[in-house]
Amino acid sequence: MTTAKTGLTVLDEVFTTAKAEDRAALIAYLPAGYPTVRGSTGLLTQALEAGADLVEVGLPYSDPVLDGPVIQHAVDTALRGGVRVRDTLTVVETLAARGGRAVVMTYWNPVLRYGPEAFARDLASAGGLGVITPDLVPDEENGWLAATTATGIAPIFLVAPSSTEQRIADTAAASRGFLYTASTMGVTGARDAVSDTAKALVERTRRHTDLPLGVGLGVRSGGQASEVASFADGVIVGSALVSAAEHGRAAVARLTSELAAGVRGNHTGR
Amino acid sequence: MATAPGGLPTASDGLSEHGHDPDATGHFGRYGGRFMPEALIAAVDEVAAEYDKARHDPEFLAELDRLQRDYAGRPSPVTDARRLSEHAGGARILLKREDLNHTGSHKINNVLGQALLTQRMGKTRVIAETGAGQHGVATATAAALLGLDCMVYMGEVDTERQALNVARMRLLGAEVVPVTTGSRTLKDALNEAYRDWVATVGHTHYVLGTAAGPHPFPMMVRDFHRVIGLEARAQVLERYDRLPDAVVACVGGGSNAIGIFHPFLDDSAVRLVGCEAAGDGVDTGRHAASIGGGTPGALHGALTYLLQDEDGQTIESHSISAGLDYPGVGPEHSFLHDIGRAEYVPVTDTEAMDAFRLLCRTEGIIPAIESAHAVAGAVRLGRELGPDATILVNLSGRGDKDVDTAARWFDVVDAEALPTDPPAQDQPEATGEREL
Repeated sequence: MTTAKTGLTVLDEVFTTAKAEDRAALIAYLPAGYPTVRGSTGLLTQALEAGADLVEVGLPYSDPVLDGPVIQHAVDTALRGGVRVRDTLTVVETLAARGGRAVVMTYWNPVLRYGPEAFARDLASAGGLGVITPDLVPDEENGWLAATTATGIAPIFLVAPSSTEQRIADTAAASRGFLYTASTMGVTGARDAVSDTAKALVERTRRHTDLPLGVGLGVRSGGQASEVASFADGVIVGSALVSAAEHGRAAVARLTSELAAGVRGNHTGR
Repeated sequence: MATAPGGLPTASDGLSEHGHDPDATGHFGRYGGRFMPEALIAAVDEVAAEYDKARHDPEFLAELDRLQRDYAGRPSPVTDARRLSEHAGGARILLKREDLNHTGSHKINNVLGQALLTQRMGKTRVIAETGAGQHGVATATAAALLGLDCMVYMGEVDTERQALNVARMRLLGAEVVPVTTGSRTLKDALNEAYRDWVATVGHTHYVLGTAAGPHPFPMMVRDFHRVIGLEARAQVLERYDRLPDAVVACVGGGSNAIGIFHPFLDDSAVRLVGCEAAGDGVDTGRHAASIGGGTPGALHGALTYLLQDEDGQTIESHSISAGLDYPGVGPEHSFLHDIGRAEYVPVTDTEAMDAFRLLCRTEGIIPAIESAHAVAGAVRLGRELGPDATILVNLSGRGDKDVDTAARWFDVVDAEALPTDPPAQDQPEATGEREL
């Protein structure tokens, strides 16, 4: 890379900074185009200003098989509003221009249709740092690792409680930036309690990799964020923020602040 | 291994090695594979490993053959449709009668196999998606037979147009969940089934209803349906001392088609013709012809031809037939299309309903609207090939479930034609203008 910093370098800094402060990073998910493209840019900006270290910009897709009702509803709204793949890139570009750190969360077919190499290139030029692909396993990457490596952005895969040791090792080896650790067997959605499987999976995964581990699925409160932060390097919050977004920017700011306090071990929420 | 009446091949023969399996992770050429959340990979690995053991286990094979013979009623007969032939250029039209199976369609072949596999895996609950309701009914049936809990996901639109099958599933003890997300049809039922499975995989097997989805489903479901083609090939050879010139089947996901095509793959002189649902016409954009009007992409676990827009968003399909109303197709069909071994042709709603009426009136058989697409394709092909031709058609299901749809169609669109006998050799005006 001839540029000063690649997306991967910046992503690494997110986690080294948090670690230096002896805390986990807070990663906030919201879909592009919900409620509008401009509106989503505003909400994501709010999340970054209120303490998210990194945002995941969701790319709306017609068949989100790993998402529960809250995120399904939001991406349906975005798609009915006419959101396009290039709008997601525009949202990332706007956030990055303001100094925000963003990765994209997308199902695989929109990337496949766009062209994996073109998508990696255009996301890198927009200032995006990486791509989380919930329905792509490294076995089917078919040039995606090369495309992301060439543009300096991070391919981020998922491990799940059902993953075998061998698959955890292989998935970690294919990932850069951080590894997405699914806390539970199920779709996205806020849950009352963080399942015990999250901690067990983090412990299993640490034996195979030095990558930072972000834990997602089900976190909704400062208390839960604090609990997850005690064993993970990143706390990922999606559905709870999307629910908050229904009530506007102030609600997103309020929840993000609570979660940011949570990942620092200070929380007033449950 | 059991011997069927007449020394015909049996269901277990469908599971034997045949040299047309995909690679170890399920790729047919570039198609297929496993485009799935990691959380479900362990589950599909478990299914693949269990299927591999089962297909070589004499006990499993004997039990499958026993159920297929004594419970489902195999083998299904081949009927020479002599009066239909008069409307098909005089070609001999042979109907493989999967409509006579228990539960009324080919779907039981796959479901019996997967339900036995569920027991082998020690799981106690099955889930299924269904469009027309045939797969849901078959799954509910097998679940009742083997004492498994059963939940069926069905698009809300389909629960309305296939109300009879909803009632059948409930009578059989299954819970039917109307799916209200997205287009509220088959693709959304699949999404909901996956969402259920990812949370319940410890005790639940997902009985995928067609030869699509992630590996090993396209291969395994195909193998459970290969008995259709194995029987038919032997029946035609035995009765006519020759192979058919063409084998015709409807293609939604494509399980009945791959089942009857597959044993003919190495018979290079036999044309394999898949009839896709063209709805209002492929050029109108309101259709379900994934190969004829789609492009390759990843959906529901496999790389295959799909109806998608330029952003890779799935486009809603349209067909009068709920069972063909799906925007994707099994990956092996995509492969067979690309290598030119099978040809895929469009059949519109109007052509299918004309063929539906024609088969009712000439043969006394009310077909499923899905299967009527194949009959339409065969009639067209017969006119092209002429009286020396022999065409084998997979009559994949019976039309009891479609009586309401058909009555509405003929009342609204063709009320005057309903009471009269269709004139022989005079169908082209009434049917579509497309040539095969």
